[in-house]
Amino acid sequence: MSMLTRTRGATADDLAPARSRGARESIFSRGAALLVMGVFTLYFLVPIWWLFIASTKDRGDLLTTPALWFAEWNFFTNVGDLISYGDGIYFRWLLNSIGYAVVGALLATVFAGMCGYALAKYRFPGRELFFNVVLGGVLVPATALALPLFLLFSQVNLTNTYWAVLLPSIVSPFGVYLSRIYAASSVPDELIEAGRIDGAGEVRTFFTVSVRLMTPALVTVFLFQFVSIWNNFFLPLIMLRSAELFPITYGLYSWNTQLNQIPELRTYVLTGSFLSIVPLIVAFLLLQRFWRNGLGSGSVK
Amino acid sequence: MTATEAITRAPDAARRSRPRRGERRKVQHKGAIAIFTGPFGVLFLLFYLIPIGYAVWKSLQVVQREGTYGAPQEVFGGLTQYALVFQNGPFWESVGRVLLFGVVQVPIMLGLALLFALLLDSPALKGKRFFRLAFFAPYAVPGVIAAIMWGFLYSPNLSPFTDVTRTINFLSPEMVLWSIANVVTWVFVGYNMLIIYSALLAIPSEVYEAARLDGAGQIRIAWSIKIPMVAPAIVLTAVFSIIGTLQLLAEPQVFRSFSSAVSSGFTPNMLIYATSSVPNTQLAAAFSVVLALATFALSFTFLKSTQRKAAQ
Repeated sequence: MSMLTRTRGATADDLAPARSRGARESIFSRGAALLVMGVFTLYFLVPIWWLFIASTKDRGDLLTTPALWFAEWNFFTNVGDLISYGDGIYFRWLLNSIGYAVVGALLATVFAGMCGYALAKYRFPGRELFFNVVLGGVLVPATALALPLFLLFSQVNLTNTYWAVLLPSIVSPFGVYLSRIYAASSVPDELIEAGRIDGAGEVRTFFTVSVRLMTPALVTVFLFQFVSIWNNFFLPLIMLRSAELFPITYGLYSWNTQLNQIPELRTYVLTGSFLSIVPLIVAFLLLQRFWRNGLGSGSVK
Repeated sequence: MTATEAITRAPDAARRSRPRRGERRKVQHKGAIAIFTGPFGVLFLLFYLIPIGYAVWKSLQVVQREGTYGAPQEVFGGLTQYALVFQNGPFWESVGRVLLFGVVQVPIMLGLALLFALLLDSPALKGKRFFRLAFFAPYAVPGVIAAIMWGFLYSPNLSPFTDVTRTINFLSPEMVLWSIANVVTWVFVGYNMLIIYSALLAIPSEVYEAARLDGAGQIRIAWSIKIPMVAPAIVLTAVFSIIGTLQLLAEPQVFRSFSSAVSSGFTPNMLIYATSSVPNTQLAAAFSVVLALATFALSFTFLKSTQRKAAQ
C-alpha cells in the first residue's frame, strides 16, 4: 500500500538544512526522547520480566528472594507440575484456545473476505443497506451480544459446548468492512473481466486470483479476529460450565479465584500465565509487519 | 491507492451505478453474489441481528405468578423493565464509575500513545524498532492475564515492589479503580500508538518541506502539521477506547479475587452478568439494551462531532 512505501527514515528532519544551532539542540532532544522512551520501556517490560522470573521460582523463593532476579532455577519443575496438575487440564485449555482462535479466525476471514469482495465488485439491490447494517455491527459491543446469545443457545441446548464459543466468533463485521475497502482498491475490474472471458466461474476467479491480491487485508482480518477470540472472556464466562471446554484465559481466571482455598495454585497461575503469553508475543514479533499495515488501513478514514 | 481514497471513492461509485428511476437493470451474477454474501449474511443474521432483536423482545417481558406459589409466567410488560433500569441505583453507579474511569484513563492513554508515536516518527530517536516492539508487547497479553499479573504486583505481600505497596494500598476502595485503569493503559497504549504511528507514516514528506523552509522546528511541525493530520486516527482510537471502557469486564472481574473493594456490580457488564445469573434475564436484557445504546450513542456522537470540527 502506498502509504507505507515512504522511504524508511524520510522524516521531516532529513530535509533540514544544517544549522549552527542544530547540533546542540539535537543532542538535547535526542537525550530527552531516549529518556522518555527508556523509562516507559521499563514500565512496559518489567511486569513481563517479573512474570518470567516468578515462573522460575518455587513457592518459597517467590516470597523470600529478590523479585526481579533469578533464585534457584525451577522453571521446568514448575512447568512439569503445571502440566500434570488436574490431569493435564492446563494443556487442554491451551489447545482449546488455539482451536477456538485458529478455526474461528480462519472461517471468519474466508466469509468476511468473500462478502467484502462481493460488496466491492458486484452491483445488486440493497447492497448499500446491507453494508451499512454490517458497518453498524462494528459498533455493537461483543459483550452486549453475549447475554442474548446465551439465552438463545440455551433454548437449542448449545450452551456449554465448543459451538457456543466458536460459532459467534466466525462473524467479523470489521472484516467485511476492511475487505470491501481493500478489494475496491486492489482488485481491478479488468482482471475479473479477463477471468470471465477465459471462462472461469466467478467463484473460481475469486479463489484463484482475487484472493491473492487481497492477501494483506485478509491477513489483517485473520490477526484481528484471532486476537479478539484469544482475548475474549465474557462469552466463555457466560456460555461454559465444564472446565474441559475452557480457553486458557478462563482457565487461569478460574484458578485465580481459588487461590484462597488452594494456595499451591499460585505457582501454577504464574507459570501458566507466562507460558500462555509466550506464543502470542512470538507471533506478534514475527507478524508485526502485517499488523502495522492492517492497523493503518483500518484507521485512515 | 490508499484506503483514504478508496473510502472517498466508494460512495461515488455506488451512486453512479444506481439505476435511474423507472429503469430496471437485470442483476448479473446472482449465483456468485449469493455464494459470496450468503455465509456471512446468514451468520450475521444468526449471531448479530437475531440476538439483538431477542434482547429487545426479552427486555419487554415481565415475570408473573398466579398467586404466591403459582408457576412463573412470562408476559408482555411494555417498558416495565426499563422503568426498573432507571430506578436501579447500582446500575447507574456502575455506569458513573466507568464514565469516570473513561474520562481520566482514555485521555491519558491516548496522550501517551500520541507522544510515543510522535517520538517514533521524530528523527531525534534512535532504536525505533526496539521501542516499537517493547511498547506493543503488552498487547499480546490478554486482559485477564494482564489483570492477574498486575494483581500480584499490587498485592502487599507478593509484590516485588513491597516498599511501594506498603505505603500505597493499590487495592483499597479509593485506589482500585485507578489500579485497573493502569492495567488497561498498560495493555492498550502500544496498540493505539501503532495506529497513530501508521497514520504519521502515511503523511507524504513533501508536506514538511514548506514548513522547513519557513524555519519551523520539530515541535512546531509536530504541533501544527502532524497532529492535525493524524486527527482521524486519534478519533478512531478514541471511539474504540470509549466502547472498551463501557464494556469493562475481564480486568475488574479478575480483581475481585485480589480486592474486596470490587463488588459483583462494579461495572455495567459485571452487573449484567450478576443479574442474569440471579436469574433475572428480563432485567439483564434491559440493562444490555441500555448499555449497547449508550455505547452506540457515545461513540457515534464523538465520531460525528469531531468530523464536523474537521470539516470546518
